[in-house]
Amino acid sequence: MPLLRRIANLFRRPRLEREIEAEMLAHIEMRVADNLAAGMSREEARRDALVRFGNRLATKERTAAQDAALGLESVARDLRYALRQLGRSPGFAATAIVILALGIGASTAIFSAVNPILFEPLPYPHANRILTIWDTFRGERLETTFGTYFELLERSRSFEALAAFEPWQPVITGAERPERPDGQSVTASYFRVLGVSPAIGRDFQPADDVFRGPRVVILSDRFWRKRFAADRGILGRQIKLDDDNYTVIGVMPLGFEDAFIPSAGIWAPMQYDSSTLNDFNTWAWGHHLRMAGRLRPGVDIDQARSELDQIASHPQPQFPRPAWASMQSGSLVDSLQGDMVRGVKPTLLAVLGAVTLLLVIACVNVTSLLLGRGVLRQSEFAMRATLGAARSRLIRQLLTESVLLALLGGGLGLAVAFAGIKALVALGPPGLPRVDAIALDAPVFCFAFALAALVGIAAGLIPALQTPRVNLQSGLQQGARTTTGSSQWTRRTLVVSEVALALMLLIAAGLLFRSMQRLLSVDPGFSTDHVLTMQVQTAGHKFDDLVSAPGAGNAVRRRFFAQALEEVRKIPGVTAAGFTSVLPLSNDPSWVSLYGAHFEGDPPDRRHQVFRYAVSPGYCEALGIPLIRGRFIDARDVAGAPHVALISESLARRQFAGQDAIGKRVHFARAEVPDFTIVGIVGNIRQSSLALDEPDAVYLSTGQTWFADDTLSLVVRAHGDAAALAPAVRDAIWRIDKDQPVLRVVTMSKLRDISVAQRRFVLILFEAFSLVALVLAATGIYGLLASSVAERTREIGVRTALGASRADILALVVGQGLKLALVGLLLGVGGAMLAGRAIATLLFGVTGLDPTTYAGVTVLLLFVSAVACLVPARRAASIDPMQALRNE
Amino acid sequence: MAKNDLQGTLDLLVLKTLAHAGTLHGYGIVLHIQRASDELLRVEEGSLYPALHRMEQTGWIASEWAMTETNRKAKYYKLTAQGRRQLQQAEESFDQLVKGVRAVLRYA
Repeated sequence: MPLLRRIANLFRRPRLEREIEAEMLAHIEMRVADNLAAGMSREEARRDALVRFGNRLATKERTAAQDAALGLESVARDLRYALRQLGRSPGFAATAIVILALGIGASTAIFSAVNPILFEPLPYPHANRILTIWDTFRGERLETTFGTYFELLERSRSFEALAAFEPWQPVITGAERPERPDGQSVTASYFRVLGVSPAIGRDFQPADDVFRGPRVVILSDRFWRKRFAADRGILGRQIKLDDDNYTVIGVMPLGFEDAFIPSAGIWAPMQYDSSTLNDFNTWAWGHHLRMAGRLRPGVDIDQARSELDQIASHPQPQFPRPAWASMQSGSLVDSLQGDMVRGVKPTLLAVLGAVTLLLVIACVNVTSLLLGRGVLRQSEFAMRATLGAARSRLIRQLLTESVLLALLGGGLGLAVAFAGIKALVALGPPGLPRVDAIALDAPVFCFAFALAALVGIAAGLIPALQTPRVNLQSGLQQGARTTTGSSQWTRRTLVVSEVALALMLLIAAGLLFRSMQRLLSVDPGFSTDHVLTMQVQTAGHKFDDLVSAPGAGNAVRRRFFAQALEEVRKIPGVTAAGFTSVLPLSNDPSWVSLYGAHFEGDPPDRRHQVFRYAVSPGYCEALGIPLIRGRFIDARDVAGAPHVALISESLARRQFAGQDAIGKRVHFARAEVPDFTIVGIVGNIRQSSLALDEPDAVYLSTGQTWFADDTLSLVVRAHGDAAALAPAVRDAIWRIDKDQPVLRVVTMSKLRDISVAQRRFVLILFEAFSLVALVLAATGIYGLLASSVAERTREIGVRTALGASRADILALVVGQGLKLALVGLLLGVGGAMLAGRAIATLLFGVTGLDPTTYAGVTVLLLFVSAVACLVPARRAASIDPMQALRNE
Repeated sequence: MAKNDLQGTLDLLVLKTLAHAGTLHGYGIVLHIQRASDELLRVEEGSLYPALHRMEQTGWIASEWAMTETNRKAKYYKLTAQGRRQLQQAEESFDQLVKGVRAVLRYA
């Protein structure tokens, strides 16, 4: 290819010049030799040779220019011409560029966000060897117990390292306001499972992770920089956490991500007492630990799975197991990556599918746009070919135009991608893993760009390839009205497929929209307006239960919460306030509140899984949970008084059908805990999500549960703006004790919004994509009809002359467009059904075949198509027959 | 226009020479044109080279370095298939030009 060779020559200029010099020198020497042979003197021969040759320097320059610069010069000429051409039809240029930019930008942004989450390996050495292990409860995954971890650690051989860990938020006191960084309490092998060691200092050793072992911590790089100004003398320093002094022994490397708690800044050894595992009534047998292991080289996940199953089904006497951690249904083993993306995978795949559709629509649209333009320009090319332009020259010209369009579209697309990624991160639902790793994905951008550019170039070249085949005479004679039937047919097919694809996206978006509507109309069972919530935690040795005074810590804790509540109620504007152990629709893990309850009248070994809330007086009133019968928990229900319980309406109905539930008894697992007498029935509420109807709940009094929770959620009902009360409420709590952290201050309506954030995220993306798809489909129809009307001016003129009315012409053109839209709709319905099935897990309250959605979307699409038809149709109707015919 | 015509003529001469001689270096082309035109056409020898390089970049001719019979290194040119087609076209349009110009001269 001459052009490429010339450009390449530019970079080899010195060598090129030497070569030209040598060639010219050979010429002169040959002439000198011939002159000598002809009998000239040496000097004469030389002078004659030089004179005949002419100006050597100028010749060399001109020759070198032929090798290199001429090519570039002609590229510049082509480029100028292309720019002028685009400038002459700015509407076409802008449309093509914007379509390309949207297609490239949107797909790059989405792939960039999804790639690190779903596909890229996690940033650990041999990350595919890291597994997570869960207990199971009725097929659902459940946190594991220290006892189970201990047994697997001792018996399993599949793992190089096995670690257990749980969230830990130590209070750093001493500063004016208590701070609570995120951290993890881990077994010594935790970082070996991830395969990363501290950058400064040392990793945890087995000797650190023993009961009453040394209090040591490892910090994250970020925490070290923020809190200790990257002081390299940090090792050995003491920091005060939860009233105790901890020694810093290491700092993790910059860029280390804790896959389990990305915000973790501090880690400490767990220090369980494995000698107490024979006593099932300890924390060691509570389901509150996560477990992960690193496979030995050569062991795969299936081998590990079967080994764990083998261990689970063969208990050994030296490893006793309580009933609730019997491993009788085995463990759930998953790769770390699979585990992390479990919750978001359907969402992300749906978005990925949607953006792929969008990219295809964009490509189809650009193709049809360029084809249409090519048809209009056929006479131009015929003219230029007649005037002597080589076919290669025309192709090059068109190529330049297409490449220019693609480059402009790609450049704008890059901007769209950057903005899109920013918006995605900002919009991203809470719980989206690896948000920090989301950045513009260059390979993906190149792929999308190359795809769109190739499509554009291919479509742009078609008219040039057709030119020599067109009879030049007819091309010139018929002017712009000429068209080849095949190109019209191709464009019709493209427009039909655009409509079909747009329908798929619109139906999916419509289904999601209806799901969201349904979800938001779900009554959570309490009132979310005018309610402020916050977590109040207790930390410090004053709450410790001492051996010398059992229960003393619990008493101190209860007193603090009671006094804080009193203080909060004094604030003007507060109408009700109460504490709860678990707040509905919050991120409080639901497992802490799932208990097996035994109701009066049940068979002895029957346990019923319920949400167990410990609530203070005033809680139900503050949240607005309605009382159906009986009474709420109130100031009477203190530690020494008869133990009382409220149950949800659903439980009353099922457990005590036909009887009065009030006065009946309910019992919870532990033998030493007395029975609770039911004193009230309250309305059902939604606990973990608006979408989940799991209403069975039992409410106990915070004063009467068997241990006092160290963290409670405060619920405050206000007269007016609940959020405005936040500082006053916080100050009230700190008036009682300034060292107790107050966290997650948020209104109930905000919590409700957060609980649907992932759905909203998907919905917004689908709405945006389908809107773009709709506009593109309309553009496609419009473009096709506009050029068709331009081509058929004469025919329409004849029709009008023969008596067709304005309405007839309108109907003719609109009918042509709507026919295409209808064919697209019919084809698209099949695709839409598939799309509906693909996003079934994201739907709520509607099926994938929701007739309202199908009807609504069809009407919308037809309406928009009709509008797109109307503009060219009106132009056709206003054609003056005299004018049209005279122009022939 | 005029410049293009002259350039076109030089191209035609070079292409024809190469078609006749097979492979030839620049000096040989000059000699051939002089000889074949009975010394009527004498080009400034240096001006041949930009034309040769342009035609090579366009793909009409190809080049390679080889030894002359007097054992000197020189760059030899030969016609490509594309060049052969170009020669045919150029000959035809030159004939047209000559006919046209003749006719005008006769008419005047």
